[in-house]
Amino acid sequence: MEEFVLMKGNEAIAEAAIRAGTDGYFGYPITPQSEVIEYLAAAKPQERTGMVLLQAESEVASINMLYGGAGAGKKVMTSSSSPGISLMQEGISYIAGSELPCLIVNVVRGGPGLGTIQPSQSDYFQSTKGGGHGDYNLIVLAPASVQEMADFVSLGYDLAFKYRNPVMILSDGAIGQMMEKVKFKPQQPRNKKSPDWATTGKTPDRERNIITSLDLDPARQERFNNKLQAKYKEICKKEVRYEKIQCDDAEYLFVAYGTSSRICQKSMQMAREEGIKIGLFRPITLWPFPYNEIREMAGQVKGMLSVEMSAGQMVEDVRLAVEGKVKVNHYGRMGGIIPTPDEIVEALKQKIIGG
Amino acid sequence: MAENSITTKELIKEENLVYQKTRLLTNDELHYCPGCGHGTTHRLIAEIIEEMDIQSETIGVAPVGCSVLMYNYMDVDMQEAAHGRAPAVATAIKRLLPEKVVFTYQGDGDLAAIGTAETIHACNRGENITMIFINNGIYGMTGGQMAPTTLVGMKSSTTPFGREVSLMGNPIKMTDLVVNLPGTYFVSRQSVHTPGNVRKAKKAIRKAFEYQALNKGTCFVEIVSNCPSGWKMTPVESNNWMADNMIPFYPLGDMKVPEE
Repeated sequence: MEEFVLMKGNEAIAEAAIRAGTDGYFGYPITPQSEVIEYLAAAKPQERTGMVLLQAESEVASINMLYGGAGAGKKVMTSSSSPGISLMQEGISYIAGSELPCLIVNVVRGGPGLGTIQPSQSDYFQSTKGGGHGDYNLIVLAPASVQEMADFVSLGYDLAFKYRNPVMILSDGAIGQMMEKVKFKPQQPRNKKSPDWATTGKTPDRERNIITSLDLDPARQERFNNKLQAKYKEICKKEVRYEKIQCDDAEYLFVAYGTSSRICQKSMQMAREEGIKIGLFRPITLWPFPYNEIREMAGQVKGMLSVEMSAGQMVEDVRLAVEGKVKVNHYGRMGGIIPTPDEIVEALKQKIIGG
Repeated sequence: MAENSITTKELIKEENLVYQKTRLLTNDELHYCPGCGHGTTHRLIAEIIEEMDIQSETIGVAPVGCSVLMYNYMDVDMQEAAHGRAPAVATAIKRLLPEKVVFTYQGDGDLAAIGTAETIHACNRGENITMIFINNGIYGMTGGQMAPTTLVGMKSSTTPFGREVSLMGNPIKMTDLVVNLPGTYFVSRQSVHTPGNVRKAKKAIRKAFEYQALNKGTCFVEIVSNCPSGWKMTPVESNNWMADNMIPFYPLGDMKVPEE
């Protein structure tokens, strides 16, 4: 029986990566997520499972190492924080365009530019609306605890390989840095065999395998794009994940993910003590986004407040979901500031209840 | 008809076959311009993979540039890398499949401009991969713009009056850079513009593939090549111009050879 251990979110991701049977981790240091590669270096995954660990020369190299490793059919992952993830966008687009599975962790810090090393949620657009060039989507998982940081590693791999699509764990500096109890799954063996589409050397029994996103013929390229879109549609149908807390009798709703959803739970408690019936809707998959489930809530509540550590990004999806049926507003802080529970309650009163 | 000449009927008989397309090249029509060195170099690599009997072990990484479609021509598993990133892609493949033979194939824009960091660091880490570098001093695919390796005074579509050092800097000798890195095991610069040079190039590329099994470090072969279309010359003129101008600046020969 595995016991609880006390760990940082970043360390939990690293330990979970080894246990999920990761074949290769490629990364470049950046605050606030450098503990991931530091933990891995100290944990000697080469000895534990034979996992490859490499500190790359840049995030650009890291993501292209993921492309190569994923193309070889291996379970590969990287982690970084906002500016580093920006650098990776070209490679992520190639990975999506070549239909390769991989896991990318973004421990978000405040931007734009070099911004700050403090937590933020201002990479929502980048993560859920493409980020790189072309029509593609990542599957985006938003952990709200150290436990979920660990759990979403194997979930992420499962989804990545099921759909041959890159998966992003969109965390933030608070969850990456905070310590909580976490229970790990037992060690999973590494896959010995690569999938049949992987580049492992052409044997006489099959045609050669080519990993590419290039097709210069517009008709074929459009067909390929249609195929991608069909896949995304299927993901939207099957993989939406969310959590509803105290929504049964709710007259108002917080919509929040990650760190914000944690603070909203406290705000909810405070508001309910004042007699305000408020629930919390926490999207776990930011893409696919739980549009239908939020739309259903629009028939029940009088208003929704999207609480994000950003200028208001997810709020656009909440508005799309409710189709104007109820009032939707946003409250957030930027630049690495984490909102306090009472200022969220105040925002609820002003922007939704009284507004 | 001369007495000892052979009829067409005789000629196509198997026992009279003296030369043929290597099995490792597909039947796809090469898109390269007439006289271009890419085709010859592709053939050499395919021949070597066939001769070494490593088709089922080999994974190639294609670049962005003229040889972007290389995977259409070679009957081996291949990955098409983003511009300049082939050494990073190959690094991961080789580390995750250490028993396999992994090679990259890149032009000068890919390897020596946008991908300089990946080139230097893969070589410096001593990744056990084979890197083939085609240097024709120009961006062929995009229509003949200046490359990092464009010679001083050489005209291109972005240096219509010739490359001027005060404005555009000096041409970079990547192979001279990587030869100084401790991670490289075998480094050679060759060309494919004469039959003699083709033979020497083949020997160097073959070594670069064979040494990979030793796990001693990166094997790097530059092929100084021509670009008739980009240089706006006939194939013969371009080969002569290369011999007169490119090779004096990029001298041929093995540059780092393991001690036997």
